Amino acid sequence: MRLTHALPLAGAATLASFAAHAETITVATVNNNDMIIMQGLTDEFEKAHPDIDLEWVVLEENVLRQRLTTDIATDGGQFDVMTVGTYEVPIWAKQNWLVELDDLPESYNEQDLLKPIRDGLSQDGSLYALPFYGESSMMYYRTDLFEKAGIEMSDQPTWDQVQDWASQINDPANDVYGICLRGKPGWGENMAFVSTLVNTFGGRWFDEDWHPEINSPEWKEAVSFYVDLMNNYGPPGATSNGFNENQALFSSGKCGMWVDATSAAGRLYNPDESQVADKLGFAPAPIAKTPKGANWLWSWTLAIPSSSDAKDAAKTFITWATSQDYIELVGETEGWTSVPPGTRESTYENPKYQEAAPFADFVLNAIQTADPTDSTLKPSPYIGVQTVNIPEFQAVGTQVGQMIGAALAGQQSVDAALDQAQRSVERTMRQAGYYD
Amino acid sequence: MNPTMTKKLLLTLLAWGIALIVFFPIFWMVLTGFKTEGEAVATPPSLFFEPTLAGYHEVMARADYLKFALNSIVISFGSTLLALIVAIPSAYSMAFLPTKRTQGTLLWMLSTKMLPPVGVLMPVYLLFRDMGLLDSQLGLTIVYMLMNLPIVVWMLYTFFKDIPKDILEAGRMDGAGTLQEVLYLLLPLTLPGIASTGLLSVILSWNEAFWSLNLTTSDAAPLTAFIASFSSPEGLFWAKLSAASTLAIAPILIFGWMTQKQMVRGLTFGAVK
Amino acid sequence: MIRPHFPTCFLQWGTPMRERTSGRTVGGFRNLFLQGPAVTLLLLWMLVPLGMTLWFSFQRYNLINPMISGFAGWDNYTYLLTDPALWTAMGNTLLLVGWVLAISVIGGTLLAVLFQQEFFGRGIARLLVIAPFFVMPTVGALVWKNMLMHPVNGVFAWLSNLLGLPVIDWFSSMPLTSIIIIVSWQWMPFALLILLTAIQSLDDDQVEAARMDGAGPLAIFWFITLPHLKRAISVVIMIEMIFLLTIFAEIFVTTSGGPGLASTNLAYFIYIRALLDFDVGGASAGGVIAIILANIVAIFLIRTVAKNLET
Repeated sequence: MRLTHALPLAGAATLASFAAHAETITVATVNNNDMIIMQGLTDEFEKAHPDIDLEWVVLEENVLRQRLTTDIATDGGQFDVMTVGTYEVPIWAKQNWLVELDDLPESYNEQDLLKPIRDGLSQDGSLYALPFYGESSMMYYRTDLFEKAGIEMSDQPTWDQVQDWASQINDPANDVYGICLRGKPGWGENMAFVSTLVNTFGGRWFDEDWHPEINSPEWKEAVSFYVDLMNNYGPPGATSNGFNENQALFSSGKCGMWVDATSAAGRLYNPDESQVADKLGFAPAPIAKTPKGANWLWSWTLAIPSSSDAKDAAKTFITWATSQDYIELVGETEGWTSVPPGTRESTYENPKYQEAAPFADFVLNAIQTADPTDSTLKPSPYIGVQTVNIPEFQAVGTQVGQMIGAALAGQQSVDAALDQAQRSVERTMRQAGYYD
Repeated sequence: MNPTMTKKLLLTLLAWGIALIVFFPIFWMVLTGFKTEGEAVATPPSLFFEPTLAGYHEVMARADYLKFALNSIVISFGSTLLALIVAIPSAYSMAFLPTKRTQGTLLWMLSTKMLPPVGVLMPVYLLFRDMGLLDSQLGLTIVYMLMNLPIVVWMLYTFFKDIPKDILEAGRMDGAGTLQEVLYLLLPLTLPGIASTGLLSVILSWNEAFWSLNLTTSDAAPLTAFIASFSSPEGLFWAKLSAASTLAIAPILIFGWMTQKQMVRGLTFGAVK
Repeated sequence: MIRPHFPTCFLQWGTPMRERTSGRTVGGFRNLFLQGPAVTLLLLWMLVPLGMTLWFSFQRYNLINPMISGFAGWDNYTYLLTDPALWTAMGNTLLLVGWVLAISVIGGTLLAVLFQQEFFGRGIARLLVIAPFFVMPTVGALVWKNMLMHPVNGVFAWLSNLLGLPVIDWFSSMPLTSIIIIVSWQWMPFALLILLTAIQSLDDDQVEAARMDGAGPLAIFWFITLPHLKRAISVVIMIEMIFLLTIFAEIFVTTSGGPGLASTNLAYFIYIRALLDFDVGGASAGGVIAIILANIVAIFLIRTVAKNLET
């Protein structure tokens, strides 16, 4: 009996899959939590679009970046959707490596995308990538520790205050460190943070003629401050702590303060993932001499490489994954603290999100105050808060990041490290032909 | 207690102590795979806990382990087989028909292995793109075959060289041709050596993580790519990473343990006698 | 030496060849045929990518900036050779190879002697001690980094606290040492496996005779065991050196070459050029330099080791 039932069913299923003739698109993405949620919702997408199958390539950030760059620059054609950052999009778009996204459906509501984010992804008025989530930086702190020490958080903390507070709550004997900051070398790791610190101390990456200013007094002051702060009140092993490591430290209750991406807020506030969910405070990123460029701007976006042979299907997918409906879907299935933040006005107007995420206003404000076109006290020739919009920046950022790592580890003095970094950046810029 | 017994006990204590220390990282990884994320980072480390399969469930839900594992198996065994087929004639001629250039050829072959793969990534990527070998099992199989060929030739050469010439000579007197000579005399005699060479090649291919990450996308991705998707996600990840790692090394570890007697027998026979 | 003239080469097919009892015959044509596949494949593998690498090394070629192109002359080489980082990387490469070889050979020999003795549960203990060799380098390095050497959550930090010792911040205060420890952990079992095998073929009578003559265990080890292991040790050194010169995964996973350049070896240095800077021209020049170095090493070092293998 069962067999006779099963057979026609199996036959029908085979027929259906033949008739549908599904197109497969390969989606390359980072193994960050928000993307893993997206991968988990594959079935939802395929149900709504039976003619498209998704194939996932999930890799850690560094591996993914090198893999994607190799592929897109050599026209390898291995991927249909790529997860890339705000830094790459304009550079790649200029090379015609990305598909222009001009005829987006009405329902997508382009104008709903947050302006600073949208601007960063546009070239001559057209979008080249759609933002999956966006972030700025802000400060997290432990309200219980602050209360115990009798500290009042100010509306706009300064770095001097932070240093003072860190000294008061630092308690290594009980595994609590005053402050956690990124130390792992890399242009997207320690340099994202250090660049904002340099900005607010009044420094800049390059002068108007593209000569680097890494060993300028502003850089020296900022980096010395950072190294002292971390050596006195930071956790051990800071040179290997990136965003993930610090998030693990903070959520297991080992840091008093942490200045990092706003996108961590949802997870820190989720009691399933964080031991400090009920004693979590928020504040804007601290400032020193100038508020300019004190908080960064970054978004992870979905783009379609020109080498893709399934551009339409890929477009269907990326508009789905960055739509209002997707955010709604995640909110309903995963909880509202887990929705991808920082992309749409509508998310922040949503009462369900406002209720679930008390940090929403901080995040929105941070993103809207970050201005990549005006992020340094002295004028600069580049666009970007924590990055510089030239192809050489990855090389430059990595070199400087390594040197600052060496200074943090105490292998070199700050002055020597910055002098060395300056020489190496000069070499790179000269080799790239910015000057002779 | 007699002195030999005391000595044996002391030796047992010392040897087991060292063995446990050396094995500890693996043991700890396997253990952590059965913890919750909270327990995985707990200080002091928790040795007694209620084991959970949560890490494994999540890993399995996120990636198709069997697909990755199957790719690893096909690619590492396929490349080993190919390498052996190419290497046996070569090693045979080096061992039995040596010339002045033999030593030089052998050294040159080995020196090809000292080039950092990243130095030739771009050319290989471009070639593979044009030949349509990107993300194919065949492509990676060929790369691994070439990667291990020098070691395989060299090991086989040392095994073959130890075969008494008289035996082959006797066979030849009976009118055996080269092919028969290799098939019916040399191979059976050196089977343990060939097996242990093959095992080494399988292990090296299984564990290779540069070419596999750069030349595959999804269809042909082996277990090293599987690991790369768990190596630093946001949030707490030690338990998941441990579970994924355990899954990735379990097949080759068990395979290695099962065959280590074979490997030792082969090695005794040749290279290191 | 009897050198067969050309026609004999053809006759060698399937015919007995008396000359070979001398063991020094030239194989000629037949050699070509037999070694052909392996040599051709490796030649292709060397020459095609290498040829392209050589070509790229004289080009301005940056993956993410196709605007920069054209013939570069020796620019990539001068840029590279004047980079102080290159010399640091070479020094680190030598330190890494040297230390790991020393640790794994000495440790492997001592362990081989130990695990050769009779004791309870020897079979299982041996399995445990060779296990690290089967573990993927990436996985091994991740475990050491996150679960053992981590200065806050790691087992070592916990042990130090327990004993009242200061916690060592492994990857920032002694990066190269940490990597040497991890790599040695992976390769010592390999040395042990090979040396244990070799030690098993040691003639018991010889040892017994020496003991009768009043030789102590140390003397036996030094005058009998060690000479017996000479060839096996050469094998270990040769194979390990080949792999250690291009160590990459362990560095990539743990320190990313830092802090500063403290743990950048040549392979990682080229990686930075190729895949962090995307400077294909510069990376290719680095590749060419690495090949030249590899061949120098092959000529000098391996040749001395290979002599040992001849006997």
